[in-house]
Order: sequence, then C-alpha cells, then structure tokens
Amino acid sequence: MGLEEKLPNGILLASLEGVVNWARKNSMWPATFGLACCAIEMMTSGGSRYDLARFGMERFSATPRQADLMIVAGRVTQKMAPVLRQIYDQMAEPRWVLAMGVCASSGGMFNNYAVVQGVDHIVPVDMYLPGCPPRPEMLLDAILKLHAKVQDEPINARRAQLREESGAKTEMIPSSVKYAKK
Amino acid sequence: MGIFDPVKGFGVTFGMMFKKVATEEYPEIGAPAAPRYHGRHQLNRHPDGLEKCVGCELCAWACPADAIFVEGGDNTEEARYSPGERYGADYQINYLRCIGCGLCVEACPTRSLTMINFYELADDNRQDLIWTKEDLLAPLLPGMEQPPHPMRLGENEQDYYVNGPELARDRGVPEHETVETDTEEAVR
Repeated sequence: MGLEEKLPNGILLASLEGVVNWARKNSMWPATFGLACCAIEMMTSGGSRYDLARFGMERFSATPRQADLMIVAGRVTQKMAPVLRQIYDQMAEPRWVLAMGVCASSGGMFNNYAVVQGVDHIVPVDMYLPGCPPRPEMLLDAILKLHAKVQDEPINARRAQLREESGAKTEMIPSSVKYAKK
Repeated sequence: MGIFDPVKGFGVTFGMMFKKVATEEYPEIGAPAAPRYHGRHQLNRHPDGLEKCVGCELCAWACPADAIFVEGGDNTEEARYSPGERYGADYQINYLRCIGCGLCVEACPTRSLTMINFYELADDNRQDLIWTKEDLLAPLLPGMEQPPHPMRLGENEQDYYVNGPELARDRGVPEHETVETDTEEAVR
C-alpha cells in the first residue's frame, strides 16, 4: 500500500503488524446495511443489553466513508445489488464485510430470481453468519471471530506471501469457549 | 421552568450509577439460550452406539429452505450402522440455508434428528458451513461403540427398542445420560 511495502521484513515489522491490527480490530466502525429482519437483531446488538460498544464499535455509521465493516443484514435483491456494491466501493480501505443471516450468506430460503444467492457474488465476504435471524450473541460471536482474523492479517505483500506459504489459517473458536472465565 | 431544571437531568444520570447494569456479558458468561432454543442439529444414537437415522429423507422433504441432503444406504450383516434395513450413508446440512425452523425435527420418525443449543456457527468460508454426518453425529458416551457393529442390546428387536435404555446401563452408559439432547430430556 505505502511505506510498509518498502520496509525490510523482520521483528520490527512483525511487531508493527501486531500493533496496527490491534488498533484496527479494536476500533472497527460498522456501516449498517440493514435490509430485512436481521437488521432488527443488529440494532438490538447495538442496544444496552448486548452493547456492541464493548468491542469498540461505538458508532453505527450511516456514512460509508467513515466505516470499516459492512454488516449486510438481510436479503439482497437484484435491484439492491448495485447499490450495495456502490456503498462498498465508497468505503475506505481496509474494509471488511460480514454477511449476516442465511439470506445474505447464500440466499437462504429465498431461492428465486429476485434474490442474490449470497452477497459474495457482489462483494468479497470475510465472515459468514448463519441463522434466521441470528441472535445478537451470534452477531457478537461473528464479530469476535472477525477480530481474530483481522489480528492475523499480513501487513504487506511479502508477509502475505510468507503466510500463504506457511498455510496458516485463523482458527474459528466459539467465542464462549475462547473468552470463557478461567 | 425552574432554575434547577438543567441540573435535574444530571440527577437522572447520577442515579443510573446505582442501578443494575442491563448488559449481558456475552462471551465471558458462556452462550446463554432457552432450554429448547433451535441451535445446530444433532444426529442421535441408540444406547449401544448405532445411529438412529434410517436414511428416509423425510427431513430433507420437510425442509422449506432445501438445506438438507440425505442419501440412504443398505445395512448388511457385515456392516450395520443402524438397526433395521437402511441407514443414512451421507448426511449434510447446509447451515447457510438452514433457517432453524425445526420442521425437520418434527418430520423425523425415529427422533434421530434433534437440535441442541450450540449456535456459534460463524465461519469465513461457505464450504465449512456445510456440516456433514461426522460433524452432526452425537458423541459416543461411555459404553457406546462406534458403528458398524451388530445390535448389542437384548435377545430380539422387542428388547432392543423397548428395554434398550435399561439394558444399556449394564454396558456402562451413565443413568442420567440419554442418547438424545440433554436439555430436551430435562424439559420432559
């Protein structure tokens, strides 16, 4: 992307990667893309009972340029698809997409000509969240798993190549297991 | 309009400090759910470890989202996976289609398919969200045996189906452990 592409690979860059990713995952602002019933659960997650703000997602952004994570909540119709793509293109990098619910992930029970069979036909999806609709805990779980993925993201092309060669993959551990009280 | 009105608002804020917090500390407290919450599916076993699924595909037919794929196979005397003639040779549930309605559980004639409370399913690719038989089968309890094997409990089929749970206790299956979902049993 910029300066980090020219830096030599080593301890310094590995630590920098950790710090950068830590900052990114702990202040990830979501862009709402509520399209159907999943949006109700997404709004609930932002409310006081589930409190998404605990994970640094204080502000649900209605402006794509200030958002990092697009939560596609609900079924995407063929007519909505270009709008969704435009919102995605307007978001600044680095950006992530979370397909919330079965409709956004694969079309769900709407296997017909009006609904896009998975939002990954339009934008690259980083996390698929099944459920109809997923309960707020499931959304929190998906976000925490996405955080784990963001923490492992390589910072430049060289480190991306090294990671590719090592075959490392972020493990998807259920959040209630990973963050269980000792 | 009194002169203290602007300060009164702060009083409400201050009072909130002594109230109980509404937030549910989700990842730390585990994954809470109602006892009969529709989480992921489980394919149950008979008390000797044989599968309850007979590969009838009624669940697949009942599914409104077409999320279940079943392919039946024939049991033989050498390789027996379930009591009776047929067993589910291939069983897949696509969690990216499943809407958790439970119609498959209602359709199941042998109570092989039930749902458990686990719901933390999110993953980063579509392939891993198609769960196969290995992922869905209930774990083997102590005293159970990995199929294929012959029917172990009792002399005849009457014994197997009617007295199976009692006979299983002699084999070391714990008394309060059931072959079905534990929470389902608790509600009953």
